[in-house]
Amino acid sequence: MFLYDALLAPFVEFSFMRRALAGCIALSLSAAPVGVFMMLRRMSLMGDAMAHAILPGVAIGFLLFGLEILPMSIGGMLAGLLVAVSAGLVARGTALKEDASLAAFYLISLSLGVLIVSLKGSSVDLMHVLFGSVLALDDEALIVVGAAATISIAGLSLILRPLVAECVDPGFLSAMHGPGTAAYLVFLMLVVLNLVAGFQALGTLLAVGIMVLPAAAARFWMRRLFGMIGVAVLVAIISCVLGLLVSYHWRLASGPSITMVAGGLYLVSLVVGPVGGVLWQLLPLRHRAA
Amino acid sequence: MNDLARYVGALIVALLVPLCVSAASASEKIPVVATFTIVGDLVRNVGGERVSVTTLVGPGGDAHVFQPTPADAAAIKRAKVVFENGLGFEGWLERLIKSSGYSGPRVALTEKITPLYREPDQDHGHHHGHHHRDSLGAIDPHAWQSLANGVLYVEAIKEGLCAADAAGCPIYEKNAAAYIAKLQALDEETNARFASVPESKRKLITSHDAFSYFAERYNLEILSPEGMTTETEASAHDVAKLIRQIRKHNIVALFVENVSDPRLIKQIARETGLKPSGRLYSDALSAAGGPADSYLSMMRHNAFAVADALDGGS
Repeated sequence: MFLYDALLAPFVEFSFMRRALAGCIALSLSAAPVGVFMMLRRMSLMGDAMAHAILPGVAIGFLLFGLEILPMSIGGMLAGLLVAVSAGLVARGTALKEDASLAAFYLISLSLGVLIVSLKGSSVDLMHVLFGSVLALDDEALIVVGAAATISIAGLSLILRPLVAECVDPGFLSAMHGPGTAAYLVFLMLVVLNLVAGFQALGTLLAVGIMVLPAAAARFWMRRLFGMIGVAVLVAIISCVLGLLVSYHWRLASGPSITMVAGGLYLVSLVVGPVGGVLWQLLPLRHRAA
Repeated sequence: MNDLARYVGALIVALLVPLCVSAASASEKIPVVATFTIVGDLVRNVGGERVSVTTLVGPGGDAHVFQPTPADAAAIKRAKVVFENGLGFEGWLERLIKSSGYSGPRVALTEKITPLYREPDQDHGHHHGHHHRDSLGAIDPHAWQSLANGVLYVEAIKEGLCAADAAGCPIYEKNAAAYIAKLQALDEETNARFASVPESKRKLITSHDAFSYFAERYNLEILSPEGMTTETEASAHDVAKLIRQIRKHNIVALFVENVSDPRLIKQIARETGLKPSGRLYSDALSAAGGPADSYLSMMRHNAFAVADALDGGS
């Protein structure tokens, strides 16, 4: 009975909790695998930069069409893609490395976003407007998040082969591919798509968290790629469920709660994870046995 | 060449003279600053043609999180009087006044009103006559939401303008008296409208907790999913609690208000089968031509929207 009250009752009693869970799980299914590839390609920090780059597109969508999820999402997609592709092209065609060119473009994009919003002359709290709330997912938002997840999973399976090749064999990457290849561009699109969906579902910049943290946690549990993806998805889903329950029972803001649970799971994995976890390194015997 | 220079000189003079004249006629007006749209509208009504009012936070803006610009500081520097709401509503004003170098009078319009306090526990306050005056309770600054307080605002503005411009005082007194008559007429009209709403139905929900003075004036109970300011993000706990309250109290009126997230209100409405009743204006007037482009039209809009929503439900 206690377990029922603690774990199930909130979802049974309230449809907003079920909607929050549905949106968040859809996002977990698509964002966590993308996060694994970002980690393997050493692009985890890029997610954060891209999340900022999306803002001006969302802001323009909001200014032109008001609080409508579709124009805001499409605007965010376009802005994110523009920044990602420009950064890739500059990194490919000039002496500037990709991190620096991405930093440059996302800062331009972010400042443009802040400028655009200030043009409107009112200082209505930006964060309330540009980000959704996991507690306020309506049908339209759920459809957008679900569609983004579906496209993302389909897209990822299409480019799986070249992506895996790059991850497994860095020499192959440098010989055959570089920033700017088709697979890479599709991958960037998927990153942006998941970030835009994450804004709507998690409601903050912390949307990057559901992408990066489960992947980082999974690294300590599995050696093989598909195992890692499975664990990452699992960690993300657990974070959604526990995060919403924490927000429900302890009265904490929902988006950050979900990301914090994912962060906690990462820290636990860091310590006890069998693949290179701190505890296993301190116990050489058990390490060998594993 | 000389002719050309003279011609250009004449042209410049010809262009400048009307500018100077218009500047001179503008400077005959008393420049005053109002912190946000509602105060600005009241000051305009009392000052009439004699004053020129600069409003810092424009229509639709959120005075809780306002970011001043250098132009705002310049307007304050030029002003003869600065009118503010007070009660901690314009937290940014102190610094702005200091940095602008303004040393003239500041008139807080809430000086004479009886402030209402929020319960220290931000637990979806019930504003129903009983107000805890615990030392921990924060003051609700939205005092203009009661027309009775509006009268006190107008009187404070009249006194502020008279002190700054003694010559215009009779005009301000006349304007104030005429405007107060309008406020009192609307107050009576509103009271009569609410008299037909049964006591048991006088409960409503809005997304921004700014209506405690309104609620006290017309004996309503207000529930809110968020805290006092627009800064806090709602938790699942808060939303669940509110939904339970709606179900328990059989609430029929739910309002989306012009500064916080309307999506949350819609979600709660869907969950409980309520129909969102529209929009109330709390901290800012709408742009000119909107349903709340003056203090009077805002108060009328709010009162009748609430009364209609309460009546309309079965």
